[in-house]
Amino acid sequence: MKISIERAALLKAVSQAQSVVERRNTIPILANVLIEAEGEAVSFRATDLDIEVVDKTLAQVERAGATTVSAVLLHEIVRKLPDGALVQLTDDGASGRLTVEAGRSNFSLATLPREDFPVMATSEYTANFTASAVVLRRLFDKSKFAISTEETRYYLNGVFMHIADAEGGKVLRCVATDGHRLARIDADLPEGAADMPGVIVPRKTVGELRKLLEDDDVQIAVSVSETKVRFATPEITLTSKVIDGTFPDYTRVIPAGNTRKLEVDAAEFAKAVDRVSTVSSERSRAVKLSLDEDRLVLSVNAPDSGAAEEELAVAYGDERLEIGFNAKYLLEIASQVDRENAVFMFNSAGDPTLMREGNDTSAVYVVMPMRV
Amino acid sequence: MPQPQPAICRSCLAEFHAEPSAMLRCPECGNPRVLVHDELFDLSIAHMDCDAFYASVEKRDNPALQDKPVIIGGGKRGVVSTACYVARIKGVRSAMPMFQALKLCPDAVVVKPRMGAYVEASRAVRKMMDELTPKVEPLSLDEAFMDLTGTQKLHGHPPAVMLARLVKRMKDEVGVTGSIGLSHNKFLAKVASDLDKPRGFAIIGKAETPDFLRGKPVRMIWGVGPAFQASLEKAGLRTFDDILRWDRRELHERFGGMGDRLWHLARGEDYRRVSTNAPVKSISNETTFFEDTSDPDLLDGYIWRLAEQVSDRAKARDLAGRVVTLKLKRANFTALSRRLSLRDATQMADKIYHTARGLFDQVSDQGPFRLIGVGLSDLIPAQAADLTGDLLDPQAEQRSRAERATDSIREKFGKDAIVKGRSLR
Repeated sequence: MKISIERAALLKAVSQAQSVVERRNTIPILANVLIEAEGEAVSFRATDLDIEVVDKTLAQVERAGATTVSAVLLHEIVRKLPDGALVQLTDDGASGRLTVEAGRSNFSLATLPREDFPVMATSEYTANFTASAVVLRRLFDKSKFAISTEETRYYLNGVFMHIADAEGGKVLRCVATDGHRLARIDADLPEGAADMPGVIVPRKTVGELRKLLEDDDVQIAVSVSETKVRFATPEITLTSKVIDGTFPDYTRVIPAGNTRKLEVDAAEFAKAVDRVSTVSSERSRAVKLSLDEDRLVLSVNAPDSGAAEEELAVAYGDERLEIGFNAKYLLEIASQVDRENAVFMFNSAGDPTLMREGNDTSAVYVVMPMRV
Repeated sequence: MPQPQPAICRSCLAEFHAEPSAMLRCPECGNPRVLVHDELFDLSIAHMDCDAFYASVEKRDNPALQDKPVIIGGGKRGVVSTACYVARIKGVRSAMPMFQALKLCPDAVVVKPRMGAYVEASRAVRKMMDELTPKVEPLSLDEAFMDLTGTQKLHGHPPAVMLARLVKRMKDEVGVTGSIGLSHNKFLAKVASDLDKPRGFAIIGKAETPDFLRGKPVRMIWGVGPAFQASLEKAGLRTFDDILRWDRRELHERFGGMGDRLWHLARGEDYRRVSTNAPVKSISNETTFFEDTSDPDLLDGYIWRLAEQVSDRAKARDLAGRVVTLKLKRANFTALSRRLSLRDATQMADKIYHTARGLFDQVSDQGPFRLIGVGLSDLIPAQAADLTGDLLDPQAEQRSRAERATDSIREKFGKDAIVKGRSLR
């Protein structure tokens, strides 16, 4: 194999590859990226056996061929090469080395045979549709903060992407929860998605997917089966196993009967929460919300370090209410609001609270209160 | 001509000056148990370690056991928790499996531990230590550090005398014996208490510290277990002399914070204070089965009871923990442990149980097991725990209220007044 490729294109491909490979793996080949050159293109393939990413990019292929080399090492090298450099990758097949040349720099890297590289089995996808990067970005960005990291409830370690019935008909919906907060984000149903099986997209896949969604104009081809999900741009294909488990019935968790409505400027609210929580100890960042007629007082009382209070003008017309929350949770949901005011719907100090943006029910958040 | 050195009689507590000699006897009472040391009246950091504490208490309460080898431990399949000195002569050691101990010492009398009696004896000893100094740092029921610096004016005697009196009172009033290590820091005091066991009183002075440490193995350091010892050996560090050859930076790079500590300890330096309220780092309980088992129902019962014990102890101290650990030992003695960090610290038996149970489900197929343990660590004050409910488990709140109610019933009417059916398995 002998190819010449521009540094920027190579860096993009190998950085995606090196983020997929598992840092601490015991199988050497899994640390490698498979480089395959044919025709006018080179593909870079990396996997951790759960996720596979293939980045295909144009290159000058002098001699077709394939080899595998440490993804992290190759990435480090390419990253340190000067901008605009033309990089030449050469593998003579016999020496077991890959030569990386750029300008006066020359590296020789150990390779492993391509035959040893595990290629993910193809799947029969039951649903195929396209969605714009903007739509997918909104679905996953607004839900991923609520993904659980608790291993005992592994079925919560991802975003549940499925088709659901909303007020205006069927929607494409993403839900994530860790038991303390929940995010439910809806998007218009893309054509061809109606029969999609619901799948739990793992946290790491969500992170990798995000890199495919940077460009607003890109259309993403989405394929879903019971066991796998695939997202593809013209250059990059990301295939992932889905979490084998049943996502809990989240609909029961979303409070429908909360009547006490608070409307507040989300940005002002977030800033105030951030300010008062400064005094609270790291371990119990409880913020108390005291609500009265059009008045909200945020307060923190940390016996060890001090106390803080801040008053905000808000729209609130219900009975007095005092309720506590983890400051971090409040900040996270408040930061999801982009355009309008944040609307909180409370019931009592012990019940889950609902938050949405204005009257928009396509993005709904639920957060559990905290004893204060 | 050797100068006369400070001396005390361990029997009548007389203070005098004498030249060290093998034949030395107390000028007051003629007893040969005399301590002579240059720095005897200057040293003030002490470590007191009871001799075979549980066994001593048993022998005190049952004089028929006095001259017999006594092993404290849980039944034939348990491990030795304490062996008296008669049994130790045969090679029986703490933490040794019981069957092995009985092979070494077939005529040993095995006594089931009576924690209540030990706690009571320990409290009595603790009270005596508290009379010597406010700075007492208990390490367990049967050992503690004491800092007697500046107490001479108060007591009218140097620390060494007060310590000799302490062990005498322990013997006379509680019926247990102890060994004292007296030095100029905690590390050496702890090492010293072990030099002359049982009924020992050993002194490591400042001047003799470098000589004392020369050639001694690093495993002498409290807290250097077999694993750390192995990694030290890999680096060629077997004795304190080996450590002296390394410079501080190298040690730090290789062993982190422990490296710094090693550097100091090898020079006989230890700046830790005797702290009266050494924070509890973890709470755990474990049990060894009468027969190896992989029966999930049976094990589930054990997990519940252990979770409850751990929770009781956490509640008693107003602590909650963020990390739940499950420990298992397989029939072939290999150990297995799993841990999980909770987002919210807890002290509730229900939460500890559910978490430990989840961990157990990951490894339940690796049985049969001979031991199971449940632990709680990363402890914080209880008022910062169990603050947020679980959206997906709305019943959790009810269960936790039920647990609090159960606790108050048990407080009033005793531990067995109300139990979960699960704990009867």
